[in-house]
Parts: sequence; C-alpha cells; structure tokens
Amino acid sequence: MEISFLAVAPEIVLSVFGIVLMTLIPAVGRARQAQLGYLALVGVGLALVASLVQWGERDVVFYGTIFQDDFAQYSKILFLAALGSIILTSIHYLRQEELLRAEYFPLLLFSGVGMCLMAASADLIVTFLGLETLSIATYVLVGYRTRVMQSTEAAIKYFLLGAFSTAFLLYGVALVYGATGTTKYLEISRAISQFDGLPTGLLLGVGLMVVGFGFKIALVPFHVWAPDVYEGAPVPITAYLAVASKAAAVVAFLRILYQVAPELSSEWHAILWVTAVLTMLIGNVAALTQTNIKRMLAYSSIAHAGYLMIGVTVHNQLGAQGVLFYLVAYALMSLGAFTVVQLIGRRNEASVQIEDYAGIGFRFPFLGLALSVFLVSLAGIPLTAGFAGKLFLFAAAIQGQMYWLVVFAVVASAIGVYYYLRVMVLMYMREASGEIAPVDLPMATRVLLAVMIAGTLILGIFPGSILRLASEAMQF
Amino acid sequence: MPGFESLLTIILLIPLAGALLLAFLPAGNARRLRLAALAVTLLTFLASLPLVFRFDASAQGMQFVQNVPWFSVGGFSVDYSVGIDGISLFLIVMTTFLMPLSILGSWSVQDKVKPYMILMLLLEVGMLGVFVALDLVLFYVFWEVQLIPMYFLIGIWGGADRIYAAVKFFLYTFAGSLFMLAALIALYFFNGAESFHILQITERLASEEILLSFRAELLLFLAFFLAFAIKVPLFPFHTWLPDAHVEAPTAGSVILAGVLLKMGTYGLLRFCLPMFPNASVALAPLISVLAVVGIIYGALVAMVQPDVKKLVAYSSVSHLGFVVLGIFAFNLQSIEGATYQMLNHGVSTGALFLLVGMIYDRRHTRRIEDFGGLAHRMPLFAALFMVITLSSIGLPGLNGFVGEFLILQGTFLNSAAFAVFAATGVILAAVYMLWMYQRVFFGELTIEANRALPDLNLREILTILPLVVMAFWMGIYSQPFLRKMDSSVQFIVDRIEDSRRDQIFRVENRGN
Repeated sequence: MEISFLAVAPEIVLSVFGIVLMTLIPAVGRARQAQLGYLALVGVGLALVASLVQWGERDVVFYGTIFQDDFAQYSKILFLAALGSIILTSIHYLRQEELLRAEYFPLLLFSGVGMCLMAASADLIVTFLGLETLSIATYVLVGYRTRVMQSTEAAIKYFLLGAFSTAFLLYGVALVYGATGTTKYLEISRAISQFDGLPTGLLLGVGLMVVGFGFKIALVPFHVWAPDVYEGAPVPITAYLAVASKAAAVVAFLRILYQVAPELSSEWHAILWVTAVLTMLIGNVAALTQTNIKRMLAYSSIAHAGYLMIGVTVHNQLGAQGVLFYLVAYALMSLGAFTVVQLIGRRNEASVQIEDYAGIGFRFPFLGLALSVFLVSLAGIPLTAGFAGKLFLFAAAIQGQMYWLVVFAVVASAIGVYYYLRVMVLMYMREASGEIAPVDLPMATRVLLAVMIAGTLILGIFPGSILRLASEAMQF
Repeated sequence: MPGFESLLTIILLIPLAGALLLAFLPAGNARRLRLAALAVTLLTFLASLPLVFRFDASAQGMQFVQNVPWFSVGGFSVDYSVGIDGISLFLIVMTTFLMPLSILGSWSVQDKVKPYMILMLLLEVGMLGVFVALDLVLFYVFWEVQLIPMYFLIGIWGGADRIYAAVKFFLYTFAGSLFMLAALIALYFFNGAESFHILQITERLASEEILLSFRAELLLFLAFFLAFAIKVPLFPFHTWLPDAHVEAPTAGSVILAGVLLKMGTYGLLRFCLPMFPNASVALAPLISVLAVVGIIYGALVAMVQPDVKKLVAYSSVSHLGFVVLGIFAFNLQSIEGATYQMLNHGVSTGALFLLVGMIYDRRHTRRIEDFGGLAHRMPLFAALFMVITLSSIGLPGLNGFVGEFLILQGTFLNSAAFAVFAATGVILAAVYMLWMYQRVFFGELTIEANRALPDLNLREILTILPLVVMAFWMGIYSQPFLRKMDSSVQFIVDRIEDSRRDQIFRVENRGN
C-alpha cells in the first residue's frame, strides 16, 4: 500500500496534540498549565492505542519509506510507554520547581514523533529526520532549568556535540547513497546482495552512521557528553535521554544491521565487539567513583548500552530478541530509579548526592523498596527483569561462541554490582547525619512506581511473554 | 511417589507465604512477629519430615520430583524442576531444623524485628531452593537470590564492621557465581536438547552424547568450581568468611555456617564431580593440597584468636577443608563422610554460634580474656558448651567423629600423605577448642562483671537442646543417615571410576 495513514497514526496523533497544546498555552492560565500535561498524556495514550491495533500488520508504505511491521510497533509501544511515564513524573517535577511553562509538553511530544519515525523508518532520510526531530526537542529540554548554570551548560554541550555527531550520520548517509544509488532500505538491501564484495564507500558510510548512532546510545568512545548532560538536565529529561532516546537509536541501528545490511555485520564485527567491551567496562568502572547519583546512573546507563551491544554484536536471533527484551527491562528499571531519584532530590534537586541517601530506606519504606528493586535489577540479580535480560544476552553470545565477550561482560557485571550495592548500603545500613526532610510523593507517581516494581519483577519471573513478542518483532 | 510430588514445592512455599503474612502484621508487636516466624519455620520443619520417612533408600536417582515448564521461547527453555536424592535430603532437613532454632536464637534482636523476620524467612526459601533445584537456571536463581536477605541481615543487624563484611560477602559470592552462569549457559548449548535439566545433562555427558574436549571440560569445571570454592570457602578464597561470620547477628552466623557453606560443597557433589569427572580427577591433587592447607591454616589461625566467635569462624575453614578433602578422594567412605560432616558441622558449629550469642547477649563481649571461671556461675551453659565442643573436635560417640573418621579412612585409601596431614588438623582442633574452653570456663571468676551472670533460661535451653540431642544421635546411631546416602554417593563414585577406566583404556590404546 502506498499511502497508509494508519501506519503513521501514532506520529500524527502526537503531532496534532503537540500543535494543539502549543496553541492552548496562551489560552490557559499560568496556574492551570499542569492540565496541559494531562492532555499530552491523553495524546500519548491515543498514540499507544494507534500503535497497538497495528500489531501483526506487515507492509511498506509511503513509497518504500515507512515500515509497518511488528518491529516498529514493538519499539513504538516501548517509546510511548516511556514517554507517558516521563510526562507523568514531569508534571510533578515542573510544579515543584516552578518551571511550569507549557512548551515543555509539546517538545516532549515532538521528540516522541521523532522516535516513532526512527523505529518505522525504511529510508535513511526518514531516519535522519526522525533523529533530528528527537534531538532538537531534547536539546531544548536539557536546558530547561534556566535558573541553573549546569543545565544551560549541559544543553550547549549536548547541542554542540550532538550537531557534530549528526553531521557524521549525514555524511554516512551520503556515502551509502553514493555506493548504492538509493536511500531506501529495501533497495539498499537488494543492491548489497548483488555486490560482488562490499564497496569501500558502503563500509565507510555505515561506519560513520555507527558514530552518529553511537553518540545517541552513548557508546564508548562517543559517551563523554553523557555524564555532564545527565547531571545538568532536569531529572525527568535525564531519564528520558537514558531510556527513550537511547532506545530509539538502538532500534534504528538494530534494523540497519539485522534487516538492511546483515552482510555488513561480519565486516564490522571486530569494531562492534571492541565497542561493546569498552562500553561495559568503562561505564561500570567510572560509575564506581561517582558521588552524584545522577552521574552514577549516567555511567550505569553507558554500561547498560554496552550490554545491549552484546546482542547487536553477536548477530543471531537470540541476540536480537535479547536486545529488544533488554530495552523493555532497562526502561522499567532505569525509569523507576530515576523517578525515585527525582522524588528524593526534592526541590531544586537539592539531594542528588549519593550521601543524601543515608537512612532513606527506613524513613521512606516504599521509596526504599522501590529503589532497591530497581537497583537489584540493574545489577542483574535473579527474579528481576535485569537478570532475565542479561541471561538472554549472555546466552546469545555463548550461542555465537563469543566466549571472551561473555567473560568481559561477566567481569563488568561483577564490577557494576558494587556501586548499586553502595546505594543500598546507605539507604539501609547507615544513619542519616541529620533530620531527613519529608518527600512529596503524589498518588500518581506512587501508582507509577508500583507498576514499575511489578513490571520489573514480573518480567524477571515470567520473561516468556515479552520475549515471545520480541521474537515476533524480529521476523522482518 | 504418588501424592508427594508437590511436597518440595509446598516446603518452598510455606516460608514464602509466611514472609508475605509477616509483611501484613503490624511492626510494633515484636513478640507476635517472633512467634509468627517461629511458627512458620516449625511448620516448614514438620512439612520436611515426610521427606525422611518416605525416602526410598534403595532407589537410585531423584525422588519427590516435580517438573513444570517455566518459560520457553525461541530455542530457550527453562523448567521449574525440583527433586532430591540422598545427598540433598539431609541438607534440606538440616536447613528446616536449624531455622526455628535460629529464630529462637534471635529473640534478643530488638530493632526492626519485622524486616528481620521477613528476611530470615526469605533466606530459608532461597537456601531450600538451592538444594532442591534440578534445573540449572532455577539453581542459579536460588543461589543468587539467597544472597540478598543474607546481605541485609549482616549489613543491618550485624556488628561494628557490618557494612564492610556484608559488601565483601556479597561481592565475593556474586563475582564467583557469574562465571558459573556463563558456564551453565554454555552447557545448555553443548547439550543441544533445549534443556537445562541437571540430570539430563549429567546423563548425556556420561553417555558421551555430549562430547566435551578436555580443555572445554576443564574450563567448565573451573567456572563452577570457582563459585563453589568461594562459598565453601576453600583456602585461599576464605577471606570473606571470618568477616561475615563475626559481624553477622547470631542467627546469621548460624545459617551461614550451618547451611550457606554447605551450598558450596553440595555444588561440588552435584555438578563438578558427576558432570566433569575427568577435570575433577585431573585437579584432585591440587584441590586436595588446598584443602589440607585450609585444614591446618584454619586451625592454626583459630588457635590465636582472642575472640570466641572469630575462633569458631576460623574453625569452619578447617572443618570445611575436611569436607572438600573427602569429596576429592573419590570413594564411597570419603564422600559419605564428607556429606555426613556437612551435617555435623551444621549441628556443632551452628550450636557453637548460638552459645556464643547467648554469652554475648549477657556480656556484650566475646573476648576470651573477658571471661574465665564461667563454669561456677553457669553450670548448665558450661555443660552444654562442653558437649558441643567435644562434638566439634570429633570425640567418639558424638557426631563429629563419624564424619572425620570416614573422611580420613577414605582419604587414606587414596593417599596416605593427605590423610596424615589432615589428621594433624584433628589434633589442632582439640588444642584450640579445649584451650578456649579452659580459658572461658575454668579457673577462678576474676572479672567482676561475670559474677552476676544468670544461667540459661528456658528459651535458650530449648534452642540448644535439640542440637545436643542431634550431636549424640548422629554420633551413636549414624547408620540410618548413611544408608540413605549410599546409592546417591555410589552414583558419583561410579561416574568417577568410569572416567578413570576410560582414561586408562585410552592410554593403553595409545601405548599399542
């Protein structure tokens, strides 16, 4: 089918809601801006439904530029769910910080459009457009704490480095076009299969695209921006960058390596392998020394990008399923952890040092339990989603006989446990130095956290259902 | 065994349900929480008794087996599969037996009783799970999951250095077991039959349907061995043990020494020997040397400890060295002795930690020099302590003797040198235990604070008496225990014998 509005219905819904919200901003009084957040939430919900109903459809629409397949739907549902939870926590955050200016929500919705396009894209130009839509919105959002110097610094840093890396991506697209004569995935794929040996331009082009995606995923050595930006950005946006924007780049990258140019994976194998190992090790080692919990989670998110890269590197069915499963698991535990960090941070993000967590566990039993579950899952301990994800990724690597990759992953995980434990040590085993100030925990956030705890445990105990969906999503 | 398929699952579920139940009790009423936890652990113990009565000693293989698919997707399937044989049977019963006693020994815990009791019950689920799991992934899940309650028990309710001890305990065990995770996934793919079932993989390895090169076998063996050696702990992986045992609250030490260490030796018997016999045989001399070093080193270090609890902790290193030595001597006596010694150590060291806890509750010190002449003030305590001391050093008529004798006898058949060196450990044990006993209980009451010490109360007597009874029972009438182990141990011995015969055969062929 050439034109199918259903295929892009989630993007349309998000765009329409974004535009409507922008026009409503002047009409709604300052006191009621939060309600626009709830309206945005409705938009995300509708987009989610629009994506869900397409499950099982398989088509290429808009003249070979958009895929309508389970891979796209799986990714979109993940992005939209993450987006929804970010909007929910943002409403509370913005109210607390007195930053309630409603441009925030349209920007989030537009970035959501970008992510959905990246998941469904069947054309390098569309992929690029999606990435840019996502990026530009997030550049602004990172600098949203206008009163805070660090936030502005983070925004500028993110913007400059981001623009630079996008240039790499675009150059890569141009080279691939030069080698194959097209930007459409299906045609590129056909062209590659007809080549007798791969042309240098193509290899180089994909290599440059790795740089572009690697930046968004925060792979070593393209990760240096992440800690500063994560520290400066408002906590919900940090969570958004760590989870959703990273997942979007992983998904786009996964489609190129698995669907469009599987032949390339053997060429790029060594580089992907090294990247995966470095990302896991450096992320975990650097996280050990952090004193700020946002920075610690930033390095932890780098480390988890490394685990994801295992699945990308091994290039087998189990690996791809493992990546898709791990994305869901990581979204649950990481969003959950950041939500707790946001609440404990209180006004002006006053308590984001790891030291501030002393005695939290018994003072706020629910938040303590929640953060413990998420940290245990991030550490990869059984009966949590994080363990199941690691199990599949390790298994994929062993099936692919990449034993050294597993050895490094094991070493990295063992290092990683230490800093997750350290937070729990503070929460439960140390006394606070002074009186612990109360924390404002709205009902909506409490429910959201409960859902995330349940999700983390259910995925850990019964990983079968999500893994099955992931395996359907990988049938290109 | 019809009608009893779900018994193991029920035994796992009772403490789990108990933990949930406790979560809903108000935190204020500590007494009710303690009694509830005690009731749950007693119920678990009662539920585990049919295992002993219904166990068929003549049958080979697993009993009370239950098998339910857990999840299976895209060439990856994991089962919930449980069952026991003659080796795990008594470890389970020992666990359910020690738990109520540990709860009774935790009466002095005043702070945050509710999370304490919940964690104890969750710990019991994890420990029992390790001994009943017949699926590699299920085993790993339980193996790791029990770390978390223990970590919190040490870290929250422990002594002055509790955080250091808790983190060290967790990191050592976790790091060691990650390689085991990699190895068990590798076994799955070598198996190629889409199953993590331990028995199936063991059988297919034995019948050479899964062919491993010697190098692969060695690496897999080492990956499993590392996890178990840290847990046992075998010298030189033992450094976490003194910290954890000393800092843990009394019940934590009892469970650590009584049950957690046995997971390591159990793992050796369940995985390393039957799955990788060639590697086991090849590395046995090296491992035996480490075991003997551990026996002597642990005993020597125990001798110079000024702290009773630390002394008992180091004695564990020594005792567990005997167990490992017995396992790697590869004959029926030695392995049965080792299995029996696991139980003995649980009884006598568990009891020692409980006794040390009782005196610590009174005096808030465990230094030997702070005591002396306690026998005058606390005759009952002194008498019970004496029985347990003698059981620990292996006096004939008490439990320790049977295990050590079998181990030494079996080891002697294998290598006289190891047996001779190990036997010095028995002598050293008598030295450090009796010397400690003498300094604590005999002589004059010189320290003022000890003059007013009350003797044991009824709860304390009830805590320790069952262990004393067991020490006598297992020392005098060991046959019913050993007979139930026979066929399971024989299976492991046969497996090793087969692999040795194959090797000789291969060498001879090469010679022709």
